[in-house]
Amino acid sequence: MARSLGDLDFFGLEEFLAPEERLARDTVRAFVEREVAPVIERHFAEGTFAMELVPRMGELGLFGANLTGYGCAGMSNVAYGLMMQELEAGDSGLRSFASVQSSLAMYAIYAFGSEEQKRRFLPEMAQGRLIGCFGLTEPDHGSDPAGMETRARRDGDGWVVNGVKRWITNGTVADVAVLWARTDDGLRGFLVEKGRRGFSTHDIQGKFSMRASITSELVFDDVRVEESERLPQAAGLKAPLSCLTQARYGIAWGAIGAARACYLCALDYTKARRQFSRPLAGYQLVQAKLVDMLTGITNAQLIALRLGQLKDRGQMRPEQVSFAKRYNVVVALEAARAARDLLGANGIVNDYPVIRHMLNLETVNTYEGTHNIHTLALGRAITGLAAFD
Amino acid sequence: MKILVPIKRVPDPATTIRVLADGSGIATDNVKWVINPFDEIAVEEALRVKEKQPASEVVVVAVGEPAWQEQLRTALAMGADRAVLVRISPPVDTGAVARILARVAADEKPDLIILGKQAIDDDSNQIGQMLAELLGWPQATFASKVELADGRCTVVREVDGGLETLSFPLPGVITTDLRLNEPRYASLPGIMKARKKELKEIPVETLGLNLAPLLKVRRLASPSKRQAGRKVASAAELVSLLHSEAKVL
Ligand SMILES: Cc1cc2nc3c(=O)[nH]c(=O)nc-3n(C[C@H](O)[C@H](O)[C@H](O)COP(=O)(O)OP(=O)(O)OC[C@H]3O[C@@H](n4cnc5c(N)ncnc54)[C@H](O)[C@@H]3O)c2cc1C
Repeated sequence: MARSLGDLDFFGLEEFLAPEERLARDTVRAFVEREVAPVIERHFAEGTFAMELVPRMGELGLFGANLTGYGCAGMSNVAYGLMMQELEAGDSGLRSFASVQSSLAMYAIYAFGSEEQKRRFLPEMAQGRLIGCFGLTEPDHGSDPAGMETRARRDGDGWVVNGVKRWITNGTVADVAVLWARTDDGLRGFLVEKGRRGFSTHDIQGKFSMRASITSELVFDDVRVEESERLPQAAGLKAPLSCLTQARYGIAWGAIGAARACYLCALDYTKARRQFSRPLAGYQLVQAKLVDMLTGITNAQLIALRLGQLKDRGQMRPEQVSFAKRYNVVVALEAARAARDLLGANGIVNDYPVIRHMLNLETVNTYEGTHNIHTLALGRAITGLAAFD
Repeated sequence: MKILVPIKRVPDPATTIRVLADGSGIATDNVKWVINPFDEIAVEEALRVKEKQPASEVVVVAVGEPAWQEQLRTALAMGADRAVLVRISPPVDTGAVARILARVAADEKPDLIILGKQAIDDDSNQIGQMLAELLGWPQATFASKVELADGRCTVVREVDGGLETLSFPLPGVITTDLRLNEPRYASLPGIMKARKKELKEIPVETLGLNLAPLLKVRRLASPSKRQAGRKVASAAELVSLLHSEAKVL
């Protein structure tokens, strides 16, 4: 089997990383090589999530690693990005799990929760002993979450929630759902724990992408939620959007991992396989594809690293995250498709990781703001004119 | 229990090694450096002792250039308590390293020294044995199992014929074999904690040792390319070729 893990650093970016950032990356890379790679094709084929890896990731301190206090590692955002990159070199579904746990669920509690909520949930979530999910999207409202229909209405000193959330990563395995709902005072966030009366979940079947990740529907039927379970600091759509900014930051890095895996696999494969008189890699058309992959991935690395530096300095702007998510994911998707092509028939079987990455990246292109939506966000940022409402 | 773990910086085993044209060394551009895998096993074994006897201290020591700090930091991130770097510029031969380590051991007074049976770069397999000799301590090389009880150490060793069990009173020297354990990764909180741990640097000149090399590396060369194998059609043909061509029958 061709190599798919390993390094690609054409412009020597290694020297810009702090020693602890390199170490964190090496830890996650070793974890993926030894513990993820051997089991991931089976999970993807069977459509199951590798739940056995969650306690291991908790022990290694991967969840909420860029948050400080409450049992989190307190690492830099560059280190966090590198971790996401290595996880996604294993599988986008594994990275999705970590993104949702860290950047969506934990971050929502960290940024908008009460002190009591933070103390209760964050240390357990950092260890992977409690799993979170993030319910924003609904069956009829994806790109336009402002139109959401899920409602929380006041009921005495608490709330009653009704509505449906769909496409929710980790939904059926989550111990706590960060739920976004419309109220008379505008959008609010709630922590709804598993097993609450009227709260049910089921998995979405028939996926061709993210098969090694759980995607669910959450149904709220007159679910009673206490005021102490509301995220007190969250008001309006900008609260969930700020969580998405965190997750998109990680995705901009993650996509590089999947792309790198495809590139390295295609490089080895085309050097080893001979057709006509020479190795495939000896033909100009093949080299052009490899060079385009290398160029795209290297650009993506430069963007991600710079974005991480800005985030660590507190200077990152949301439109820069849109830029990075949009560009890096497209580059990764194109690299995966090119690698799929270069492997010929072997590009469609799970002896090689390429087709799995390619299928996964279709989701990565869609979730956390589709390619089009980030184009519109960037268009608005540079023209001052919103081309959407 | 105080355990000293000497570690060496070596190229990642996954790196493709290229010998310089003049044979003076290997090309080091694009080489990723790691803790010698056998030494990583030694660090892990020391940490496991510490987990059973929490009052223990694990001290990692390296003999090399400032860049070796990186591998010491990795060991600290895995869980070692502090690190010592004896700074020296190459060339350093195995005898010099053993003498320096013996001197560090004399200062640190560990109960146990655990180190890799060999480094995967030069594969010398000498330091542990020399160190035990210089200190006048018992040694158990190629350990695949280590047990400590009542001031004694029992080691199962991998030898050609099978397994051999040795027992000796502390202090002593153990060198690790591949199957002793599977080293842990540095956890992210471990990496952050390591930033605050002590890493002491000692310039080698201050030790006042005579380190004149006894060994000189004259030239490095790549192993010759292996010939492709040949397929035979039948057992009869194989036997006949072993007889007529290989002349082993
Ligand atoms: C595997 C998976 C996991 C997910 N996990 C989560 C999760 O954990 N939590 C969560 O809340 N959500 C999650 N999602 C949902 C995801 O965020 C949405 O799918 C995404 O926001 C897009 O919404 P949609 O699918 O409704 O597509 P739509 O919004 O219907 O978009 C369909 C197409 O129309 C385009 N489009 C939409 N509006 C415009 C416009 N104004 N101009 C031009 N083009 C436009 C889009 O770019 C897209 O190409 C997940 C999705 C998947 C597939």
